[in-house]
Amino acid sequence: MPLLEINDLQIDFGRAPHALRAVDGVSLTLEAGKTLGLVGESGSGKSLTALSIARLVATPPAVYAGGRILLEGRDVLKMNAAELRQIRGGVASYVFQEPGASLNPVFRIGDQIREALELHRPAAANDEEVMRLLRLVGIPAPESRIRSYPHELSGGMQQRVMIAMALAPQPKLLVADEPTTALDVTVQAQIIELLGRLQKQLGMAILLITHNLGIVGDLADDVAVMYAGQIVENAPARELLKRPLHPYTQALMNSIPRMDDPTDRLTAISGAVPRLGAFPSGCRFHPRCALAQADCSQRVPEWVATGPQRRIRCPVASQPKVRV
Amino acid sequence: MSPMTRFVNRLLWSCVTLLSTAVLTFFLLNALPGDVARVIAGSKASPEVIKEIHAKFHLDDPWWKRLGFYLGQLARGDLGRSYVTDQPVAEAILTRLPTTTALAAMAGMMWMVVAVPLGALTARFRGSRFDRITLVVATLTLSLPSFWLARMMQYWLAYKLGWFPVAAFRSLWHLVLPALSLAILFVGYYARLIHTQMVEVLDSPYIRAARAKGCSETRVLFKHALRNALIPVVTILGMDVAGMLGGVLFVENVFALPGVGTLAVQSVFNLDPPVIMGTVLFSGALVVGANWAVDLTYGWIDPRIKHAN
Repeated sequence: MPLLEINDLQIDFGRAPHALRAVDGVSLTLEAGKTLGLVGESGSGKSLTALSIARLVATPPAVYAGGRILLEGRDVLKMNAAELRQIRGGVASYVFQEPGASLNPVFRIGDQIREALELHRPAAANDEEVMRLLRLVGIPAPESRIRSYPHELSGGMQQRVMIAMALAPQPKLLVADEPTTALDVTVQAQIIELLGRLQKQLGMAILLITHNLGIVGDLADDVAVMYAGQIVENAPARELLKRPLHPYTQALMNSIPRMDDPTDRLTAISGAVPRLGAFPSGCRFHPRCALAQADCSQRVPEWVATGPQRRIRCPVASQPKVRV
Repeated sequence: MSPMTRFVNRLLWSCVTLLSTAVLTFFLLNALPGDVARVIAGSKASPEVIKEIHAKFHLDDPWWKRLGFYLGQLARGDLGRSYVTDQPVAEAILTRLPTTTALAAMAGMMWMVVAVPLGALTARFRGSRFDRITLVVATLTLSLPSFWLARMMQYWLAYKLGWFPVAAFRSLWHLVLPALSLAILFVGYYARLIHTQMVEVLDSPYIRAARAKGCSETRVLFKHALRNALIPVVTILGMDVAGMLGGVLFVENVFALPGVGTLAVQSVFNLDPPVIMGTVLFSGALVVGANWAVDLTYGWIDPRIKHAN
């Protein structure tokens, strides 16, 4: 049994017939101890998918319109409030994008970490354990830091505190929603390194949400690429980075500036992510696609297997002759 | 600034505020028409008696001499004696203080027990029928004039229905209706204020993080959100203290409670300058004190402010 299995998840905003589908038939599988990268531009529905694992999407305005989210085999969408409180933090823990805004400004960081312990491991809710967690995430002098307020720490240190707080209940799954986006580049690397080290040390699974394919290469075993509410490509991380298949994934890869490529111009994907409710017909990527053909705007692309663990949603790119 | 210089600075400004209050009150009373001696002795008093009173209270001295005498008295901590009852003003205020304090405390408690949860819960369930009904009722209470509300409650709830004592202060039960009429005026306003702040706070990432941690909704609302939402509320509360004193003054008089408010109103009707000046100065001290309290609370509920200073 996989640790996390999402089947055909659908999340709407508003009620039918005016519902706007933001997550459309997303399926994901994550085995215990593994890392899955969920990649896409902002507005692709990746954060919504991540938040829904512990049912953290506010309803209303959102509506869980269909599908199943199985965490350790139990359907999160059918849980009552008490069961949800137990899995939130206890089984699936979260690290968010802006550490400065995600820590409560009026409480000391030691107290915020201790609260996570009180909720899930009451026997270990003491200063020693809090300091051990702070040491684990590489915060120097934890005995004085324990009394600091969030605003007294740098962004990188705040994110370390968030990670310590997320790890306090010893979760099986760490959902990291753009954990480095708001940080300086040097700090980003430190945080990614820390996450990798912690995973080896503690053996939890990580669901890494990012728009940065570089980070995926550092951490993830597998990757799912999302576009406009749908997954368009599944692949092992190494293979995907070596040879992206879906035109969207290729475009994403091309937009990463490369040190070894002396060019003056940055490549961007033409156009913008379509607005919710204005998704194009047929293949949702076709207006921005370099390989688009006449019927791409008519035909909804089916999954095509292109290897033992690889599949894409593009009938054009899956033909051997047109692979770039 | 170090905390010590800040404290001294603050103390200095508080003294300046109170001194200005005293001087201003002195001149305002000085400008009133009528002879205080006539008020004290009655309209049929002989010219000799009037003259005697003038001499006794230095009423014929130039204004700067009297102001100097008054301020000198104040500096020694003496508020003077009532012209009418000859009671020391400080004593008159102190004997009436417990009533006023009890009334304010009870009103404050009612305010807190109703406004805070109402504001928090309407924010949590915004858009619900409960939220909309609360909004209408709150707007309604906001629009009620205090003198009308106190009188109406006294007439209907106490006199007609007999649920409460009509007036006077013999037990804490006698304070319930006055405290209620005082609290209602502020509950609506503060419930809305807390609501607005809470709505904003509930949208912040740290609230989502608290939920993601496994906190119950009650914990999210009353531990993680409320303290953040109260930061701006406390500021406004500090500024409202002066307005609340006005409410106390009125309610005490409607319900005939022997508090500082009735003393103040009596002193005006009696044209008793020492008592008028004493009660005005006392209110001034209360407002200054309330602002000190607000600043201290501020640093306590928002650690960022303590460090920014």
